[in-house]
Amino acid sequence: MNIKLNGDHRSIGDGASVTTLVTELTGRALDPSGQATDGRKIGVAVARNSAVVPRSQWAATALAEGDELEIVTAVQGG
Amino acid sequence: MTTTSIRTHNDPLVIDGVEFGSRLIMGTGGAPSLDGLGAALIASGTELTTVAMRRYSPAETGSLFQLLLDNGIRVLPNTAGCFTAKDAVLTAELAREALETDWVKLEVIADEHTLLPDAVELVDATEQLVDRGFKVFAYTNDDPVLALRLENLGATAVMPLGSPIGTGLGILNPHNIELIVSRASVPVVLDAGIGTASDAALAMELGCDAVLLATAVTRAQNPVQMGEAFKHAVVAGRLAKQAGRIPRREHALASSAMEGRAEFL
Repeated sequence: MNIKLNGDHRSIGDGASVTTLVTELTGRALDPSGQATDGRKIGVAVARNSAVVPRSQWAATALAEGDELEIVTAVQGG
Repeated sequence: MTTTSIRTHNDPLVIDGVEFGSRLIMGTGGAPSLDGLGAALIASGTELTTVAMRRYSPAETGSLFQLLLDNGIRVLPNTAGCFTAKDAVLTAELAREALETDWVKLEVIADEHTLLPDAVELVDATEQLVDRGFKVFAYTNDDPVLALRLENLGATAVMPLGSPIGTGLGILNPHNIELIVSRASVPVVLDAGIGTASDAALAMELGCDAVLLATAVTRAQNPVQMGEAFKHAVVAGRLAKQAGRIPRREHALASSAMEGRAEFL
């Protein structure tokens, strides 16, 4: 299916969840609670169609055709 | 241990029940590299630093968040770049999720030219974020009325600007900053416009609880040395404020006694 990630078109397997997408993007495996399995903080947040998806819901949130996802992290800023 | 270090050691900045040994909050904006930023942060002695929230890019090398975690520096996410309360609230929600903190430096700016806070949107966003359980550090104009209004809405700290972001013009209205301090019962953090160490010392002498700056260090010719300069400036200003300065006088006042002078022919 086709989604939009951070403003760009992206295709992702049918049935993908938010967890699938975060892992694809960051290369980090996640446990069911949304924490990285390597034990370090993943430090990203996800908004789906302008609503924040809590980390605990990533695994249970299936993506749908046309979804608009924003994945953000901390960058330098005053 | 010297007297100075005893005094500063026993004088922590307390915000929302959290104690900080340093009253310098250093932002991370404007640094050309993550390595250089790390060195400047450490030299400044800061224990709390601001970050912005932006789209994740796999190309980015190194993680700022990890750098801060590794150095034990607490993170204060900001809502920089937000022009409306709606955007600021969503950005704060994302920051809370990403960084696992309910602290947020609320910035709602009016336009890119001045980067001055939009008072109406700021008040609206403060109300919404406080309702949602955030600890709001409100970046505000140097307006005593607005600062008090933000405190009454539940802001955890008020952060009046010295002058517009990135200008390095220092504190343009010291009287207003003193007024804000005199009426506030939450911490007052002088934020924005700091150019050099004496500006930070002045902020503390005016009674501010802490100083927040970024570009004054990160864009200085020697950021590490400037970080250290600010560390001392904030301590000096705080000590001077507590020590009580002499009153200003119109005419000179000799400090040496006139009696007992030798007489010359």
